[in-house]
Amino acid sequence: MIRSDVELMLDVKAGDTASFDLLLQKYRLPLVNFLYRMVRDTATAEDLAQEVFLRIYRARKDYFAGAKFTTWLFRIATNLALNSVRDNRHRRMEVSLDAPADDEEAPIQVPTREMRIDEHMIERDRAEFIRRTIAALPEKQRAAVLLHKYEEMDYGEIAKVLECSESALKSLLFRAYETLRIELAPLMTQPVGNRAGEGRPS
Amino acid sequence: MKCEEVSRELIAYLDRRANSAERQEVEGHLASCAPCRARAEEFRRVWTVLDEMPVEEPSLGFDARLRQRIADEPRPGWFRWFVPQPRLALSMALLVALCVWVSRMPRENPTTATIPSVPTEQQQFQVIENLGVLENYDVLSKFDALSELPGPAAPAQQKVDSKQDDSGGM
Repeated sequence: MIRSDVELMLDVKAGDTASFDLLLQKYRLPLVNFLYRMVRDTATAEDLAQEVFLRIYRARKDYFAGAKFTTWLFRIATNLALNSVRDNRHRRMEVSLDAPADDEEAPIQVPTREMRIDEHMIERDRAEFIRRTIAALPEKQRAAVLLHKYEEMDYGEIAKVLECSESALKSLLFRAYETLRIELAPLMTQPVGNRAGEGRPS
Repeated sequence: MKCEEVSRELIAYLDRRANSAERQEVEGHLASCAPCRARAEEFRRVWTVLDEMPVEEPSLGFDARLRQRIADEPRPGWFRWFVPQPRLALSMALLVALCVWVSRMPRENPTTATIPSVPTEQQQFQVIENLGVLENYDVLSKFDALSELPGPAAPAQQKVDSKQDDSGGM
Protein backbone atom coordinates (compact mmCIF):
# COMPACT_ATOMS: atom_id res chain seq x y z
CA MET A 1 0.00 0.00 0.00
CA ILE A 2 1.38 3.40 -1.00
CA ARG A 3 1.20 5.85 1.83
CA SER A 4 0.69 9.56 1.20
CA ASP A 5 3.26 12.14 2.23
CA VAL A 6 1.06 13.21 5.13
CA GLU A 7 0.76 9.61 6.37
CA LEU A 8 4.51 9.14 6.07
CA MET A 9 5.13 12.35 7.98
CA LEU A 10 2.71 11.33 10.71
CA ASP A 11 4.63 8.04 11.01
CA VAL A 12 7.87 10.03 11.27
CA LYS A 13 6.23 12.03 14.03
CA ALA A 14 5.45 8.75 15.81
CA GLY A 15 9.14 7.81 15.62
CA ASP A 16 9.32 5.77 12.41
CA THR A 17 12.66 6.63 10.78
CA ALA A 18 11.97 4.33 7.80
CA SER A 19 9.15 6.68 6.75
CA PHE A 20 11.58 9.58 6.85
CA ASP A 21 13.88 7.60 4.52
CA LEU A 22 10.97 7.16 2.09
CA LEU A 23 10.34 10.91 2.06
CA LEU A 24 14.04 11.49 1.54
CA GLN A 25 14.13 9.09 -1.44
CA LYS A 26 11.08 10.72 -2.96
CA TYR A 27 12.07 14.37 -2.63
CA ARG A 28 15.88 14.35 -2.62
CA LEU A 29 16.21 14.71 -6.40
CA PRO A 30 13.56 17.42 -7.01
CA LEU A 31 14.74 19.34 -3.97
CA VAL A 32 18.42 19.32 -4.94
CA ASN A 33 17.52 20.34 -8.50
CA PHE A 34 15.23 23.13 -7.34
CA LEU A 35 17.93 24.46 -5.03
CA TYR A 36 20.65 24.07 -7.64
CA ARG A 37 18.60 26.10 -10.12
CA MET A 38 17.99 28.71 -7.45
CA VAL A 39 21.56 29.12 -6.17
CA ARG A 40 23.53 27.77 -9.17
CA ASP A 41 26.12 25.98 -7.06
CA THR A 42 26.07 22.22 -6.54
CA ALA A 43 27.75 22.17 -3.13
CA THR A 44 25.53 24.96 -1.77
CA ALA A 45 22.43 23.30 -3.20
CA GLU A 46 23.26 20.01 -1.47
CA ASP A 47 24.02 21.75 1.83
CA LEU A 48 20.71 23.59 1.65
CA ALA A 49 18.83 20.40 0.74
CA GLN A 50 20.33 18.70 3.78
CA GLU A 51 19.31 21.65 5.92
CA VAL A 52 15.73 21.38 4.60
CA PHE A 53 15.50 17.68 5.53
CA LEU A 54 17.12 18.31 8.87
CA ARG A 55 14.62 21.06 9.69
CA ILE A 56 11.76 18.78 8.75
CA TYR A 57 13.18 16.06 10.97
CA ARG A 58 13.60 18.48 13.88
CA ALA A 59 10.04 19.78 13.47
CA ARG A 60 8.48 16.28 13.20
CA LYS A 61 6.97 16.46 16.69
CA ASP A 62 5.09 19.65 15.82
CA TYR A 63 3.84 18.39 12.44
CA PHE A 64 0.11 18.42 11.87
CA ALA A 65 -1.68 17.14 8.79
CA GLY A 66 -3.23 20.50 7.92
CA ALA A 67 -0.84 21.58 5.18
CA LYS A 68 0.38 19.73 2.12
CA PHE A 69 3.82 18.24 2.71
CA THR A 70 5.32 19.59 -0.54
CA THR A 71 4.15 23.11 0.33
CA TRP A 72 5.99 22.89 3.63
CA LEU A 73 9.07 21.30 2.04
CA PHE A 74 9.43 23.85 -0.75
CA ARG A 75 8.58 26.74 1.50
CA ILE A 76 11.55 25.91 3.70
CA ALA A 77 13.69 25.32 0.60
CA THR A 78 12.65 28.62 -1.02
CA ASN A 79 13.34 30.63 2.12
CA LEU A 80 16.76 29.02 2.55
CA ALA A 81 17.60 29.55 -1.12
CA LEU A 82 16.53 33.21 -1.09
CA ASN A 83 18.60 33.84 2.03
CA SER A 84 21.59 32.12 0.47
CA VAL A 85 21.27 34.12 -2.76
CA ARG A 86 21.04 37.38 -0.81
CA ASP A 87 24.00 36.52 1.43
CA ASN A 88 26.04 35.57 -1.61
CA ARG A 89 25.10 38.81 -3.34
CA HIS A 90 26.20 40.83 -0.31
CA ARG A 91 29.50 38.96 -0.18
CA ARG A 92 30.08 39.64 -3.86
CA MET A 93 29.28 43.31 -3.38
CA GLU A 94 31.83 43.53 -0.56
CA VAL A 95 34.47 41.85 -2.71
CA SER A 96 33.74 44.05 -5.71
CA LEU A 97 34.17 47.15 -3.59
CA ASP A 98 37.69 46.07 -2.64
CA ALA A 99 38.96 44.55 -5.85
CA PRO A 100 37.93 44.15 -9.45
CA ALA A 101 35.82 41.04 -9.84
CA ASP A 102 37.96 38.38 -11.41
CA ASP A 103 35.46 35.57 -10.84
CA GLU A 104 32.87 37.06 -13.14
CA GLU A 105 31.31 34.50 -15.39
CA ALA A 106 32.34 34.79 -18.99
CA PRO A 107 29.44 35.80 -21.19
CA ILE A 108 28.13 32.74 -22.89
CA GLN A 109 27.36 32.93 -26.57
CA VAL A 110 24.31 31.32 -27.96
CA PRO A 111 25.62 28.00 -29.27
CA THR A 112 25.05 27.23 -32.90
CA ARG A 113 25.78 24.17 -34.97
CA GLU A 114 28.42 26.14 -36.86
CA MET A 115 30.27 26.90 -33.61
CA ARG A 116 30.39 23.37 -32.24
CA ILE A 117 30.37 20.10 -34.09
CA ASP A 118 29.91 17.95 -31.07
CA GLU A 119 26.19 17.60 -30.36
CA HIS A 120 26.82 16.92 -26.70
CA MET A 121 28.72 20.18 -26.31
CA ILE A 122 25.95 22.10 -28.01
CA GLU A 123 23.42 20.65 -25.63
CA ARG A 124 25.63 21.46 -22.67
CA ASP A 125 26.06 25.05 -23.80
CA ARG A 126 22.36 25.43 -24.43
CA ALA A 127 21.62 24.09 -20.97
CA GLU A 128 24.11 26.53 -19.46
CA PHE A 129 22.53 29.38 -21.42
CA ILE A 130 19.08 28.43 -20.13
CA ARG A 131 20.40 28.08 -16.58
CA ARG A 132 21.95 31.54 -16.67
CA THR A 133 18.83 33.05 -18.18
CA ILE A 134 16.70 31.59 -15.40
CA ALA A 135 19.28 32.69 -12.82
CA ALA A 136 19.06 36.24 -14.14
CA LEU A 137 15.36 36.43 -13.28
CA PRO A 138 14.39 38.26 -10.08
CA GLU A 139 14.47 35.78 -7.18
CA LYS A 140 10.73 35.45 -6.68
CA GLN A 141 10.04 35.09 -10.41
CA ARG A 142 12.77 32.47 -10.58
CA ALA A 143 11.26 30.47 -7.72
CA ALA A 144 7.80 30.77 -9.29
CA VAL A 145 9.02 29.46 -12.67
CA LEU A 146 10.93 26.56 -11.10
CA LEU A 147 7.98 25.48 -8.96
CA HIS A 148 5.57 25.86 -11.88
CA LYS A 149 7.63 24.37 -14.68
CA TYR A 150 9.74 21.72 -12.95
CA GLU A 151 7.83 20.82 -9.77
CA GLU A 152 4.42 21.07 -11.49
CA MET A 153 2.80 22.57 -8.45
CA ASP A 154 -0.65 24.08 -8.77
CA TYR A 155 -1.15 27.81 -8.38
CA GLY A 156 -2.57 27.62 -4.88
CA GLU A 157 0.41 25.67 -3.63
CA ILE A 158 3.00 27.93 -5.28
CA ALA A 159 1.19 30.97 -3.89
CA LYS A 160 1.46 29.48 -0.39
CA VAL A 161 5.15 28.71 -0.85
CA LEU A 162 5.87 32.24 -2.07
CA GLU A 163 3.43 33.81 0.41
CA CYS A 164 1.44 35.76 -2.18
CA SER A 165 -2.04 35.67 -3.67
CA GLU A 166 -2.89 33.49 -6.68
CA SER A 167 -3.61 36.62 -8.67
CA ALA A 168 -0.17 38.05 -7.82
CA LEU A 169 1.40 34.71 -8.72
CA LYS A 170 -0.23 34.71 -12.18
CA SER A 171 1.21 38.18 -12.83
CA LEU A 172 4.59 37.05 -11.51
CA LEU A 173 4.61 34.01 -13.80
CA PHE A 174 3.53 36.03 -16.80
CA ARG A 175 6.33 38.56 -16.28
CA ALA A 176 8.87 35.77 -15.78
CA TYR A 177 7.84 33.85 -18.91
CA GLU A 178 7.70 37.08 -20.88
CA THR A 179 11.35 37.75 -19.96
CA LEU A 180 12.30 34.16 -20.80
CA ARG A 181 10.45 34.42 -24.12
CA ILE A 182 12.62 37.38 -25.10
CA GLU A 183 15.91 36.13 -23.64
CA LEU A 184 15.59 32.56 -24.90
CA ALA A 185 14.44 33.61 -28.38
CA PRO A 186 17.83 32.70 -29.95
CA LEU A 187 17.45 29.11 -28.70
CA MET A 188 13.92 28.85 -29.99
CA THR A 189 15.10 29.47 -33.54
CA GLN A 190 17.87 26.86 -33.22
CA PRO A 191 16.28 23.77 -31.79
CA VAL A 192 18.27 20.64 -30.97
CA GLY A 193 17.15 17.22 -32.05
CA ASN A 194 16.23 15.50 -28.82
CA ARG A 195 13.59 17.70 -27.34
CA ALA A 196 11.53 16.63 -24.39
CA GLY A 197 7.97 17.65 -23.64
CA GLU A 198 5.22 18.97 -25.82
CA GLY A 199 5.53 22.67 -25.17
CA ARG A 200 3.86 22.81 -21.82
CA PRO A 201 5.07 22.28 -18.25
CA SER A 202 6.11 18.64 -17.98
CA MET B 1 -11.49 40.44 -23.04
CA LYS B 2 -8.53 42.77 -23.62
CA CYS B 3 -4.95 41.70 -24.38
CA GLU B 4 -3.87 42.85 -20.89
CA GLU B 5 -6.52 40.72 -19.20
CA VAL B 6 -5.68 37.73 -21.37
CA SER B 7 -2.01 37.96 -20.49
CA ARG B 8 -2.81 37.23 -16.84
CA GLU B 9 -4.77 34.08 -17.73
CA LEU B 10 -2.63 33.00 -20.65
CA ILE B 11 -0.19 30.85 -18.63
CA ALA B 12 -3.03 29.06 -16.84
CA TYR B 13 -4.71 28.50 -20.21
CA LEU B 14 -1.57 27.09 -21.82
CA ASP B 15 -0.74 24.75 -18.93
CA ARG B 16 -4.37 23.57 -18.89
CA ARG B 17 -5.05 24.69 -15.34
CA ALA B 18 -7.61 27.36 -16.22
CA ASN B 19 -11.25 26.57 -15.55
CA SER B 20 -13.71 26.18 -18.42
CA ALA B 21 -15.00 29.77 -18.23
CA GLU B 22 -11.44 31.17 -18.34
CA ARG B 23 -10.55 28.82 -21.18
CA GLN B 24 -13.49 29.99 -23.25
CA GLU B 25 -12.64 33.64 -22.66
CA VAL B 26 -8.99 33.18 -23.63
CA GLU B 27 -9.86 31.04 -26.67
CA GLY B 28 -12.34 33.67 -27.81
CA HIS B 29 -9.68 36.37 -27.58
CA LEU B 30 -6.96 34.30 -29.24
CA ALA B 31 -9.25 33.56 -32.16
CA SER B 32 -9.47 37.27 -32.93
CA CYS B 33 -6.02 38.56 -31.77
CA ALA B 34 -3.01 37.54 -33.85
CA PRO B 35 -0.31 39.09 -31.56
CA CYS B 36 -1.66 37.22 -28.50
CA ARG B 37 -1.87 34.04 -30.54
CA ALA B 38 1.78 34.45 -31.55
CA ARG B 39 2.78 35.14 -27.97
CA ALA B 40 0.96 32.03 -26.78
CA GLU B 41 2.83 29.97 -29.35
CA GLU B 42 6.16 31.43 -28.20
CA PHE B 43 5.35 30.58 -24.58
CA ARG B 44 4.82 26.98 -25.67
CA ARG B 45 8.25 27.04 -27.29
CA VAL B 46 9.81 28.55 -24.18
CA TRP B 47 8.55 25.58 -22.20
CA THR B 48 10.03 23.20 -24.73
CA VAL B 49 13.39 24.96 -24.45
CA LEU B 50 13.19 24.85 -20.64
CA ASP B 51 12.84 21.07 -20.87
CA GLU B 52 16.41 20.94 -22.14
CA MET B 53 17.72 21.69 -18.66
CA PRO B 54 19.46 18.54 -17.43
CA VAL B 55 18.61 16.94 -14.10
CA GLU B 56 21.39 17.18 -11.53
CA GLU B 57 21.96 14.06 -9.46
CA PRO B 58 22.88 14.59 -5.82
CA SER B 59 26.31 13.33 -4.78
CA LEU B 60 26.63 9.70 -3.66
CA GLY B 61 27.28 10.59 -0.06
CA PHE B 62 24.18 12.77 0.26
CA ASP B 63 22.04 10.28 2.19
CA ALA B 64 24.93 9.10 4.38
CA ARG B 65 25.80 12.67 5.36
CA LEU B 66 22.21 13.47 6.17
CA ARG B 67 21.80 10.30 8.27
CA GLN B 68 24.96 11.19 10.15
CA ARG B 69 23.66 14.69 10.84
CA ILE B 70 20.38 13.23 12.08
CA ALA B 71 22.26 10.74 14.27
CA ASP B 72 24.22 13.65 15.75
CA GLU B 73 21.01 15.42 16.72
CA PRO B 74 20.52 15.52 20.50
CA ARG B 75 18.13 12.81 21.71
CA PRO B 76 15.29 13.78 24.02
CA GLY B 77 15.73 12.21 27.48
CA TRP B 78 14.92 12.70 31.13
CA PHE B 79 17.66 15.32 31.42
CA ARG B 80 15.83 17.59 28.97
CA TRP B 81 13.69 18.72 31.88
CA PHE B 82 16.78 20.42 33.25
CA VAL B 83 17.65 22.10 29.99
CA PRO B 84 16.50 25.74 30.10
CA GLN B 85 13.47 26.17 27.89
CA PRO B 86 12.29 29.70 27.08
CA ARG B 87 8.60 28.77 27.02
CA LEU B 88 8.79 27.03 30.39
CA ALA B 89 10.78 29.88 31.93
CA LEU B 90 8.27 32.44 30.67
CA SER B 91 5.34 30.42 32.03
CA MET B 92 7.01 30.13 35.44
CA ALA B 93 7.79 33.85 35.55
CA LEU B 94 4.18 34.71 34.70
CA LEU B 95 2.93 32.32 37.39
CA VAL B 96 5.19 33.87 40.04
CA ALA B 97 4.15 37.40 39.01
CA LEU B 98 0.48 36.40 39.27
CA CYS B 99 1.01 34.95 42.75
CA VAL B 100 2.77 38.12 43.93
CA TRP B 101 0.03 40.32 42.51
CA VAL B 102 -2.73 38.26 44.11
CA SER B 103 -0.97 38.20 47.49
CA ARG B 104 -0.65 42.00 47.47
CA MET B 105 -4.30 42.63 46.78
CA PRO B 106 -6.18 44.15 49.82
CA ARG B 107 -8.05 41.41 51.64
CA GLU B 108 -11.73 42.01 52.23
CA ASN B 109 -13.20 39.88 55.04
CA PRO B 110 -16.95 39.59 54.52
CA THR B 111 -17.61 38.89 58.25
CA THR B 112 -15.93 42.11 59.40
CA ALA B 113 -17.49 44.16 56.63
CA THR B 114 -21.10 43.38 57.51
CA ILE B 115 -21.19 42.82 61.29
CA PRO B 116 -20.58 45.92 63.52
CA SER B 117 -17.22 45.79 65.21
CA VAL B 118 -17.05 44.34 68.69
CA PRO B 119 -14.94 46.45 71.15
CA THR B 120 -11.60 44.90 71.78
CA GLU B 121 -10.38 43.92 75.21
CA GLN B 122 -8.07 46.94 75.34
CA GLN B 123 -10.91 49.38 74.53
CA GLN B 124 -13.06 47.80 77.21
CA PHE B 125 -10.21 48.16 79.71
CA GLN B 126 -9.78 51.91 78.91
CA VAL B 127 -13.47 52.51 79.55
CA ILE B 128 -13.23 50.76 82.92
CA GLU B 129 -9.99 52.63 83.72
CA ASN B 130 -11.66 56.03 83.15
CA LEU B 131 -14.65 55.19 85.30
CA GLY B 132 -12.88 56.26 88.52
CA VAL B 133 -12.01 59.68 87.06
CA LEU B 134 -15.49 60.28 85.78
CA GLU B 135 -16.98 59.37 89.15
CA ASN B 136 -14.69 61.87 90.99
CA TYR B 137 -16.77 65.01 91.71
CA ASP B 138 -13.81 67.41 91.95
CA VAL B 139 -12.58 66.52 88.55
CA LEU B 140 -16.00 66.85 87.02
CA SER B 141 -16.62 70.24 88.69
CA LYS B 142 -13.26 71.58 87.37
CA PHE B 143 -14.25 70.42 83.93
CA ASP B 144 -17.43 72.46 84.30
CA ALA B 145 -15.48 75.55 85.44
CA LEU B 146 -13.10 75.34 82.52
CA SER B 147 -15.95 75.05 80.09
CA GLU B 148 -17.36 78.39 81.36
CA LEU B 149 -14.14 80.29 80.55
CA PRO B 150 -14.27 82.47 77.40
CA GLY B 151 -12.24 80.92 74.64
CA PRO B 152 -9.65 83.67 73.66
CA ALA B 153 -9.24 84.97 77.18
CA ALA B 154 -8.50 81.65 78.64
CA PRO B 155 -4.71 81.74 78.14
CA ALA B 156 -4.45 85.30 79.64
CA GLN B 157 -6.50 84.29 82.67
CA GLN B 158 -4.26 81.30 83.09
CA LYS B 159 -1.21 83.60 83.08
CA VAL B 160 -2.75 85.85 85.77
CA ASP B 161 -3.55 82.84 87.85
CA SER B 162 -0.06 81.54 87.52
CA LYS B 163 1.44 84.97 88.58
CA GLN B 164 -0.79 85.08 91.61
CA ASP B 165 0.33 81.65 92.53
CA ASP B 166 3.97 82.66 92.12
CA SER B 167 3.63 85.82 94.30
CA GLY B 168 1.66 84.00 96.90
CA GLY B 169 4.27 81.32 96.98
CA MET B 170 7.08 83.85 97.58
